[in-house]
Amino acid sequence: MTGEATINAAPLLEIENLDVTFATRAGPIDAVRGVSLAVARGEILGIVGESGSGKSVTALAIMRLLDRAGRITGGSIRFRGIDITKLGTTDLRNLRGAALAMIFQNPRSCLNPIRTVGDQIADTLRAHRPLSRSAAKARALDLLAGVLIREPEKRISAYPHELSGGMCQRVMMAMAMACEPDLLIADEPTTGLDVTTQKAVMDQLAALVRERGMAMMLITHDLGLAAQYCDRVAVMQQGLVVETAAPAVVFSAPSHPYTRRLVAASPTPTSTVASLSAEGTAESRAAHPHDINSGNPKGVIPGLVPGTHGAAAEVSAIVAPWVPAINAGMTPVELDQRGTLLVPLTPPPLMTVANLVMRYDRDITAVAGVSFDIGAGESVGLVGESGSGKSTIARIVCRLIDPTTGTIRFDGADIGAMPASTFHKATQRADIQIVFQDPGDSLNPRFSAFDSIADPLRRLKGLRDGMALRTRVLECATRCGLGPELIARFPHQLSGGQRARVGIARAIATQPKLLILDEPTAALDVSVQAIILQLLDRLRREQGMAYLFVSHDLNVIRMMCERTIVLKQGAIVEQGQSAVLFTAPTDPYTQGLIAAIPHFEPGSATPPSAGRRRLG
Amino acid sequence: MTTLASISRRTGTRFVSSLPALLGVVVFTFILMRVLPGDPAVFFASGPNAGKAEIEEVRRLMGLDQPLLYQLALYLRDIATGNLGRSLTTGQPVLADIQQRLPASLELTFTALVLALTLALPLGIAAALNPGKLVDHAVRFACTLGVCVPTFVSGLLLIYAFYYLLGWAPDPTGRLDIFAQAPPRITGFLLIDSLIARDGTTGLAAASQLILPAATMALFVLAPLARMTRASMLAVLGSDFIRTADAMGLSRARVVGVYALRNAMLPVLTIAGIVFSTMLGANVLVEKVFSWPGVASYALDALLASDYAPVQGFVLLMASIFVVVNLTIDVLYGIADPRIGIE
Repeated sequence: MTGEATINAAPLLEIENLDVTFATRAGPIDAVRGVSLAVARGEILGIVGESGSGKSVTALAIMRLLDRAGRITGGSIRFRGIDITKLGTTDLRNLRGAALAMIFQNPRSCLNPIRTVGDQIADTLRAHRPLSRSAAKARALDLLAGVLIREPEKRISAYPHELSGGMCQRVMMAMAMACEPDLLIADEPTTGLDVTTQKAVMDQLAALVRERGMAMMLITHDLGLAAQYCDRVAVMQQGLVVETAAPAVVFSAPSHPYTRRLVAASPTPTSTVASLSAEGTAESRAAHPHDINSGNPKGVIPGLVPGTHGAAAEVSAIVAPWVPAINAGMTPVELDQRGTLLVPLTPPPLMTVANLVMRYDRDITAVAGVSFDIGAGESVGLVGESGSGKSTIARIVCRLIDPTTGTIRFDGADIGAMPASTFHKATQRADIQIVFQDPGDSLNPRFSAFDSIADPLRRLKGLRDGMALRTRVLECATRCGLGPELIARFPHQLSGGQRARVGIARAIATQPKLLILDEPTAALDVSVQAIILQLLDRLRREQGMAYLFVSHDLNVIRMMCERTIVLKQGAIVEQGQSAVLFTAPTDPYTQGLIAAIPHFEPGSATPPSAGRRRLG
Repeated sequence: MTTLASISRRTGTRFVSSLPALLGVVVFTFILMRVLPGDPAVFFASGPNAGKAEIEEVRRLMGLDQPLLYQLALYLRDIATGNLGRSLTTGQPVLADIQQRLPASLELTFTALVLALTLALPLGIAAALNPGKLVDHAVRFACTLGVCVPTFVSGLLLIYAFYYLLGWAPDPTGRLDIFAQAPPRITGFLLIDSLIARDGTTGLAAASQLILPAATMALFVLAPLARMTRASMLAVLGSDFIRTADAMGLSRARVVGVYALRNAMLPVLTIAGIVFSTMLGANVLVEKVFSWPGVASYALDALLASDYAPVQGFVLLMASIFVVVNLTIDVLYGIADPRIGIE
């Protein structure tokens, strides 16, 4: 299937043995080492890899936009036969935007905040074409309409902060497409966007590329995205291209061990927490051999009865191998002779949230009457697009902010009545802890890992410095896989995964009954994410904690949570057992969300380019 | 439309919220003047051999025998009716004195600020475009020098070089050569008044008197402006949207001049406002060195003479100017940055 795309004899872009070196305080670092790639006209080439693999550096090298510290130290980049590495600044400027265009991650910060989007598109046009001001404006209007921005006449005079992230990305696309370039480089174009927006943006990007016979380089950490939209995929690791092939080949029969690890660590619609590492992270396997069950790779639940609370336990029982459900904290389930469920004597839920409303001034309603329960030891997922109120709910529930109205009962106490400003004095503070999104930003840079973990123990449990505190901190750290040699380090001396572990160790230090996880793995690479998810899953079983798990990644929620709540514009549209909800969603909004998850099917024979074909 | 409305609303709230600060300044200066040593009654009695009775009489006439709170109340009532009192040294109402002298200070400060900005912006931009290079170090050196040398020293140096040695500048005494004919007073700004009167020679004479003191002050405030421009430009040049502009192939001039500079100007605007207010009050040394008839030297003279009213009037004036300048900066900021109107 890639044959038709690559038959073109002279590729549009040909990179040969590219080396890029960065000068750092610790000496030169080779960010890209002998990379060779080719992109043909009409082709979409994916470059996947984790942070630090050199994929963005390669893209910036093609654009010659490396910052001062970075230098191309070897190799060639031939674009339409011309070696870009030897071009002067004037020739480069003529090429950039006109023949070579790039779309960046984080569209909002990539647009000039004090210039209207129309002016910015017109700037690009006028840089390469002899157009009058009004002609450029008119063309900008066409371009905005071309990227499906509604009411382009209105939007053309909008500033970036007045547009959503998805809209800003479309404006970027309009700018990049303005002069009809031959090659478009898209560097993580949809990171930070909702799945549905991601799908809309990517579909459109792919359609534009096909329509105009351009070539595209899609740089992403999301294997699903690469599988769905690319003709060929190059996998990069530590500055090297380790494997290049069609996505079907790369993802179903990866030949390089790194690709195999990457594929295994990427959540798919059928993966389970335990299956996230094919090779197995030695650590998690050694610590908990019983966690690793073979799993059912198909993930199809036979004879599933869609149901709500009554059937809940039954479903949990059936899907036990895939969904981490039955654990010490749960009530035992009994079946009678005919196999039907005997409703067990359920204890009252750990937390009951009723009619939660959060209204900001000027009538912006972030949360509009949400009610739900969290049972002891249960894990509940909150999903929804940005602006759906999931983070607000998480913050209200862990009593960092006060709701406008609504009650929150926790463990028999009405904690909703306690103001958030004094909740740190409440006895329940130690029972509700939170793991924050960015493990780097949520740690005090002047606290060592030990101090960070000891902090809640000192403040909430009143432990004084001494053996007791030290033992407790070390115990938490060990539980979270932090060796004693790491405990004295400061956040900047730890890797992303290690910081995440510190954040988790800090949260579990007071042995909370409820842990709130606000996108705990969003900032992590997939392989690290896999390990952290396994850690979280194991901790919950061991300590019998309940989880409220907030994430935009539906696959993560499906694996981690027994029950899932889907939010839209501050209201619950659907909730139920994860196994049911993800296989048979009833609400169209949920269906849209689930359908929008880009995915690949490792081991499946069908080429995963169906989506692409449909677009072409 | 809506932008304008939001700006005026913000201006209104800002103005109202600054009133308590103004009141605080007035009360504070009033009390400070009373607490400072020096008895105006003694000072203004007929002479060193004035008798006790005469001093008491002066004190009674000046109202200084009344309780402090009563004096304060009277003072506040007077301010509310626009009466700032009468200077005992000049014998004029303070308001008239200030009206006479404020244009001189404003003209000097404005010119100095414009001069400083025309120097600081290119220097800051040049330094930001070549960080760590020779230009950067040269600009840093010049700024440090400007800030290190006190204004009276640099003023005297300039006078020595341009008046005494080279003879290019007129003698540094006042706003206008004594033989020159002052233009009819309309705004009080000599440059503007002579422009209105279409009097080129007077204008030129006034400008030549102005240039040395203005340069002295400009040198002093060069550092904060140039350093801020550099820092702000560097931050903006490293931001994502500059990379985007480069990736779209915009010309270097457009990237630096339109994309980077306009964004970098926002913090510089704030600093310029603060610098302006500070200069207006702190240029007393320059006014003294160049015999400039401005408000700062007026206030200093009054302070030395224990003349309460001009000092209090001056402090009130400075506080009001500070409020007005900050309001202006706020409005300009709202126009320059579309994101401001949102909150």
